[in-house]
Amino acid sequence: MRLISFVFLLLISFFSIAAYGLNSPNELLPNAQQEKRAEQIGAQLRCLVCQNESIEDSNAELAKDLRKVVRQHIQAGESDKQIIQWMVDRYGNFIRLSPPFNFTTALLWLMPFLAFIIGCLSAFTTFRKMQKEPLPLNENEKKRLEKLMKES
Amino acid sequence: MISNFLSPELGHFTLALACCLAGAQFILPLLGNQKNDFHLMNLAAPLAWGHFFSLMIAFVCLIIAALNDDFSVQNILQNSATDKPLLYKITGIWGNHEGSILLWSFILSFFGILFSSFSHRLSFSLRTKIIAILGGCATGFEIFCLITSNPFLRIWPAPMEGQGMNPLLQDPGLAFHPPILYTGYVGFSVPFAFAVAGLMEKNIDSAWGCWLRPWVILAWIFLTAGITIGSWWSYYVLGWGGYWFWDPVENAALIPWLTGTALLHSTLIVEKREALKTWTVFLSIITFSLALCGTFLVRSGILNSVHAFASDPTRGIFILVLLIIICGGALVLFAWQAPLLPFTALFAPFSREGSIILNNILFCSLATIIFVGTLYPSVLQMINGQTISVGKPFFDKTFVPPALITIFFMAFAPWLAFKKTSLKKLIQPLSFMGIITLVIIIISFIYLHRFLPALATGLAFWVIMGALTDFSSKLSLFKTSFKNNFHRMKNLSLSFYATYIAHIGVAVILLGIIGMAYSQQKIVEVPIGTTLHLAGYEWTLEAVQNHKGPNYLATEAILKINYHHKTICWMFPARHFFPRQQQVITNVAIHTNLIADLYAVLGDSKNINDTSPTYILKLHYNPLAPWIWIGGFIMILGGFLTLIDLYNHKIIKQNSKQNMEQPL
Repeated sequence: MRLISFVFLLLISFFSIAAYGLNSPNELLPNAQQEKRAEQIGAQLRCLVCQNESIEDSNAELAKDLRKVVRQHIQAGESDKQIIQWMVDRYGNFIRLSPPFNFTTALLWLMPFLAFIIGCLSAFTTFRKMQKEPLPLNENEKKRLEKLMKES
Repeated sequence: MISNFLSPELGHFTLALACCLAGAQFILPLLGNQKNDFHLMNLAAPLAWGHFFSLMIAFVCLIIAALNDDFSVQNILQNSATDKPLLYKITGIWGNHEGSILLWSFILSFFGILFSSFSHRLSFSLRTKIIAILGGCATGFEIFCLITSNPFLRIWPAPMEGQGMNPLLQDPGLAFHPPILYTGYVGFSVPFAFAVAGLMEKNIDSAWGCWLRPWVILAWIFLTAGITIGSWWSYYVLGWGGYWFWDPVENAALIPWLTGTALLHSTLIVEKREALKTWTVFLSIITFSLALCGTFLVRSGILNSVHAFASDPTRGIFILVLLIIICGGALVLFAWQAPLLPFTALFAPFSREGSIILNNILFCSLATIIFVGTLYPSVLQMINGQTISVGKPFFDKTFVPPALITIFFMAFAPWLAFKKTSLKKLIQPLSFMGIITLVIIIISFIYLHRFLPALATGLAFWVIMGALTDFSSKLSLFKTSFKNNFHRMKNLSLSFYATYIAHIGVAVILLGIIGMAYSQQKIVEVPIGTTLHLAGYEWTLEAVQNHKGPNYLATEAILKINYHHKTICWMFPARHFFPRQQQVITNVAIHTNLIADLYAVLGDSKNINDTSPTYILKLHYNPLAPWIWIGGFIMILGGFLTLIDLYNHKIIKQNSKQNMEQPL
C-alpha cells in the first residue's frame, strides 16, 4: 500500500507540490524588510522530508519549524550567511538547494561551460574535416578522368 | 448487456492479444525484409491496425469497469469510489501507474496506425521497417504492463466501496493533461523509428528528412502543450502562484522538450540541404530515449529514491532492462552504421546551417544542465554516500544565463541564408535593433530596479524586433509601393510566419516570467466585511458560505473587487473538504484581464461558532502572469502552421507529379 501511494504521489507530482507553506499571518515577521530576507533565505533551504521543496514552499511540520528558526535568527540580527551556515552545521549540505562548490560538485557546477565547450569543439572539428581539400586522385581515377576528357 | 460482455477479463485478454500482435508487427515485416518476401512485409500495416483495435477494446473495458464501479478490479478499488463524478471516473483511469502505462501503450499503437495511414508515398521498405520498430517498442511496454502493472487484476472478495482518488486529481486541467503530455512523449517514438529504420536501410537523404519533419513537429506540439497545461495547472491549483518548480518530474518533461526542439530545427537542414544527417539521427534516438527515461525512470522512483526501487524490484529492473534494450540497441546500431552514412553537403560557418548548429549546441547544453542537475544527487550518493540537493536556486543560476543567450541568437538566426551569408548585410539592422534594445533595457531598469529582469525585457523586445525586421525587409517596406508590399506579403510562405510566431511565443513567455517576478501578495486574517488594499484594488470580504459538492463539502468566500470605487468583479475562493480522504483542497479564484491576474486563496478560519469568525486570506496580484501560457500556445500555433504548410506542399508536389505523369 505504501508503494502504491508512493507511485501515485510520483505520478501526480509533476505539478503537485503542496500548497504554499505560509498559511498564517502569525508566521510573518512584523518588519517587511526582515520578512523578505527570511523568505529569500528560506527559498535556499530544503525541507528535509519533502521532494526538492524549499521550506518556504512546503507545509510540512518540519518546514514550519525551520521557517520559525530562520525568522528567530533574523530577529537576533544574524547575517544570511551565518543563518545558512547554522543550518548546514546542523543538517549537512543536504539542506542547501544550491549545493556548495567543492571537489565533488565541481562537475555539476561546471557542466554549463563543459557542455557548451564540448559542443562547440565537436562542431568545429567536424567542420574542419568537412572543409578539408578532397584527396588527390589515385592512378585509376586519373586514368578514368583522362579517358572521359578524351571522349568529350 | 454490452458492459457484461466488455468485462475486465476481456480487457485482460485483448491486452495480451495486443501484445502478441505487436510482437508480430515487429518480427514478421523485418523477417519479410530479410527474405525479400513481399507478403510478409505487407503484413505490417494490418497488424498495426489489429494491435490498435485490441488495445482500444482493452482500454474501453477498463473505462467500463470504472463506470460500473467494479471494485473487484484492484486498480478501480484503489483509485475510485461510487460518489466520484462521472468525468473523473473516466479520467481517473490514467491518474495511476497501471492505467497510465495502458494509456501509454494505447497512444503508441495509435501512432502506429497514424503513421501507416499517412505514409503510403514513403519507400515501401522504409515504411514497413518503421511500423515494425514501433511494434517492437510497443511489445516491450505491453509485456511490462501485463507482468508488473496489470490494471485488470481482480480481488476477492470485492469490497462494497473504493478507496477514492486523490482529491488533487479531481480537476479538469489534470484530467486532460496526462494524455496530451503522453502523446508528446510517445510522438517521439516515430522519429526514433525513422532513425533506426534509416540506419538499417543505410540510406538517409532529404526525402527521409522531409518525411520525418511533420512527425517531429506533431510530437513537439503535444509536448509543448502538455508542459504548458501542466505549468498552468500548478499555477491555479497549488494556491500560491508558482508555475515552475524544477522538480525532477517537471525536468523529466523539459529535457526531451529541449532536445526535441533541437531536433525540430536540425530536421529542417536535413530536408533542405542534406546536411547534419548523422547528428539528426542521433538526436532522434536520444530524444525518445530521454522521453522514456523521463516517464519511466522518474515515475518508477529509481532516481528519486533508492527505497522505492527496493520495495518493488521487479518493476524497476524490468523498466531498466527495457530501456537498455530499446535505447542501447538503437545507440549500438547508430555507432555501427553512422560512420557509413555518406558525407554531407558543404556550407560556410555563417549560414542558416551554421546557425542551426549553434541552436543545437545551445539546446543540448541546456538539456545537459538539467539532466546532470537532476541525476547528480543520486549518482553522488551512490559513489561516495554524500547527500546533496539540487533545486530551484541552482537551476536559476546555471540554466537561466544560457537560456537568455539562446534567446539572444533566436532573434536573427532565421535571417541567415542557406549555404553562406555575408555578415555585412546583418550589421546595419542589428545595430539599429541593438540601440533600441539598449534604450528599452535602460527604461525598464528605471522601472524594475533590478538588472536581470531589465535585461530579459530588452531581450524579449529584441526577439520581437528581429521578427518585424525580417518581415519588413521581405516586404521591402517603404522601398516600394504599398500594393507591391501587399503582394509580397501574400507570397510569403506560411512557414516563414510559423517560425516567427513560434519565436515571438518565446518572447511572450519571457515577458510573463518577468512580470511574475514582480507579483505582490498579502496574507491576512480578517473578519467578514473587511476591505483590503493590494496593487490599487480594493478587496472586500463580503460573506462566507457553505455548500455541498458531489463528494466534498465546500466553504466559499465571496470577495468583491473594486478598482477606483467601481466594482469590477466578484471572486469566490473556496476550500473543499473531502471526507473520504480527510483532505482539504484549496480552490483558488482567479480573475484575469489578460494583462494581470488577481488571485485569491481562502485559508483556515478561526472562531467559526463564535459571533465574529475570522478567515485567512491570501491575495496575489500577478502582472503578466497569463502571458506565460498564452506564449506557450503562440508557440504551438507556430507548430501547427508549419504542419499545415508541410501538408500543403506535399499536396502541391503530388499534383504536379500527377500532371507530369499524365500522357500528353
